[in-house]
Amino acid sequence: MMAKVGSMINPYVIHPATILEKIREAEDINTYRLQLVEEGTRQLFRFQAGQFNMVYQFGVGEVAISIVSDPDEPQILDHTIRTVGRVTKAIADLQPGEALGIRGPFGEGWPLEEAKGRNVLIVTGGLGCAPVVGAIEYIFRRRAQYGSIKILHGVKTPHDLLYRERFDHWRRAPDTEVLLTSDQPDKTWRYHIGVVTELFEGVTIDPAKTIVLMCGPEIMMRLGVPILMRRGIPATAVYVSLERHMECGIGLCGHCQMGPYFLCKDGPVMRYDRVEQWLGRTGV
Amino acid sequence: MGTASETHAVLPTTDFQRLLEALSMKGYRVVGPTVREGSVVWETIRQVSDLPIGWRDQQEPGRYRLEHTGSNDIFGVVHGPQSLKPFAFAPREPLLQIERSKNGFTTSSTFPQSEKVAVIGARACDLAGLAVQDRIFLEDAYRDPYYAARREGLFLVAVNCTRSLTTCFCASMETGPRVSRGFDLALTEVDDSFLVEAGSEAGRDLLSGLSLPPASEDLIGEAGSRIEACARNQVRRLDLARLPQALYEAHEHARWDEVAGRCLACTNCTMVCPTCFCHTIEETPDLSHQQSTHVRLWDSCFSQQHGYIHGKNIRPTIKDRYRMWLTHKLASWIDQFGTSGCVGCGRCITWCPVGIDLTEELPALLTSGVQSSIANQQVGDP
Repeated sequence: MMAKVGSMINPYVIHPATILEKIREAEDINTYRLQLVEEGTRQLFRFQAGQFNMVYQFGVGEVAISIVSDPDEPQILDHTIRTVGRVTKAIADLQPGEALGIRGPFGEGWPLEEAKGRNVLIVTGGLGCAPVVGAIEYIFRRRAQYGSIKILHGVKTPHDLLYRERFDHWRRAPDTEVLLTSDQPDKTWRYHIGVVTELFEGVTIDPAKTIVLMCGPEIMMRLGVPILMRRGIPATAVYVSLERHMECGIGLCGHCQMGPYFLCKDGPVMRYDRVEQWLGRTGV
Repeated sequence: MGTASETHAVLPTTDFQRLLEALSMKGYRVVGPTVREGSVVWETIRQVSDLPIGWRDQQEPGRYRLEHTGSNDIFGVVHGPQSLKPFAFAPREPLLQIERSKNGFTTSSTFPQSEKVAVIGARACDLAGLAVQDRIFLEDAYRDPYYAARREGLFLVAVNCTRSLTTCFCASMETGPRVSRGFDLALTEVDDSFLVEAGSEAGRDLLSGLSLPPASEDLIGEAGSRIEACARNQVRRLDLARLPQALYEAHEHARWDEVAGRCLACTNCTMVCPTCFCHTIEETPDLSHQQSTHVRLWDSCFSQQHGYIHGKNIRPTIKDRYRMWLTHKLASWIDQFGTSGCVGCGRCITWCPVGIDLTEELPALLTSGVQSSIANQQVGDP
């Protein structure tokens, strides 16, 4: 929807979107199913899995939220939002029928074309699974075009496990493994106990055929990717979705820098070898 | 092209008012440096006497003073805290007016009114800074329509520098002291006359309207040698030869702690910098909560909230923020925009309350000190 160089279109314009549904994922997390109000804007809107929108609450402000719904149905936009700050608290009060604003889509998404014909290893931690959910759904809708799928997901506590039904659904699919782990389990926890990188030991990996999509805390990437590299996966086959303060979405406000990158336009999905030297540096 | 004397005209200082009037006649609001509260700031001017005639600035780390010399020089003051930045990248820019409606809300873009503004007295470093901002706001993936609207109306009358401040280092940055591009008219003040050159079609048009006599080879030669002397007199320099990589590699250098002990994180350096472009967007609803204005404001990487991300600050310490600023300015800027973010104007040195001098900091950071290698910063095995 957003036009680039040479266009007269204003990249700051916010488009109203109606909340069709509000799905409660957890106590402080909701998924908002949105539809752009303006017919013309809705028709033109296209996105890739892993891209984000700036979501606006009237009179309060904007936040960057990844789009988790299917890119082939761009007239419906799902955003999973956790109530953490000023804007998201105001959004939490909204109900179906009310409006949010949308500006986007922005950034580089997951390399789902490049992943075709390959095994896909998805490694996520905590709420980090939201940006990759769209990618998983995308792959499942085109299941025959991809090799084996392995989803390794770690949470701090069982309470943090979102999208439970989706994990169960994916687990039952052919040639698909879903492994879950929790740092601090409770009595009901039936899966692994520990951090997500421990799950690597339980999966077989064909390094030449595998592409890795990773999303979650940076510490997980810094600890996890070297293990995968030792198992023969090149850094160029690993993609990570990174987070920084994003305000403008168009690489102009300066907040989302990580080394030489503006993560709002060069990312949020970055190939690991490009960001390896910046991950883990303090203050970057 | 003809000889130099065919492209260069001469304007006697006593006729300077004619230039102001010619610009007014073309519909420009004329803006120039004016003395205010011990410094110079850009103001709308009507006559030559509004300009800082007979004043001179002395700048040192953390110090700015104007002194009256009693001369008739119009452009004795090199520069004040403002570069050309505020003219195109407004410190406060309303972006949108948003109104509640039955479908939620409607938005309208609040583009600035196109205004023709002639700025008199821009220096080579200022033009270089504006070119860097043009690259960011007009020539990147997205074109900023607010910046574009303001930028379009600018007519730039540059002044070649014939006096260097102790804080100047444009010669080493190859951005000055002579203006080379991006101007409509360029002036060199030589005693009681100005050498005038046009740098654009609009400039040539204005110049031909003034019907000035051609400049003598002597005047052209004298102007040139004064500009060259100005370059030679610069005492500060910056060597970018090993950048950006060398600064990336200095990430754990002990000097960052040392400079952070002096830095107040006051944001002055970023406010006076001609190229710093960070901004934040503020939402200001009216009391009825029926209307809201979406406003862009200058931000600084030294501010608390700059590195904020859901409950966490990526750069909580002053060390993190100074390192962010200098590494961005001198290193990552090159990767991002193909140019340094520093133009050598020296404002960040002068206007730093504690006189932190990046021309001292960079060499210190590039000298091997207590420095842990990058490899050790990478987490290997869990």
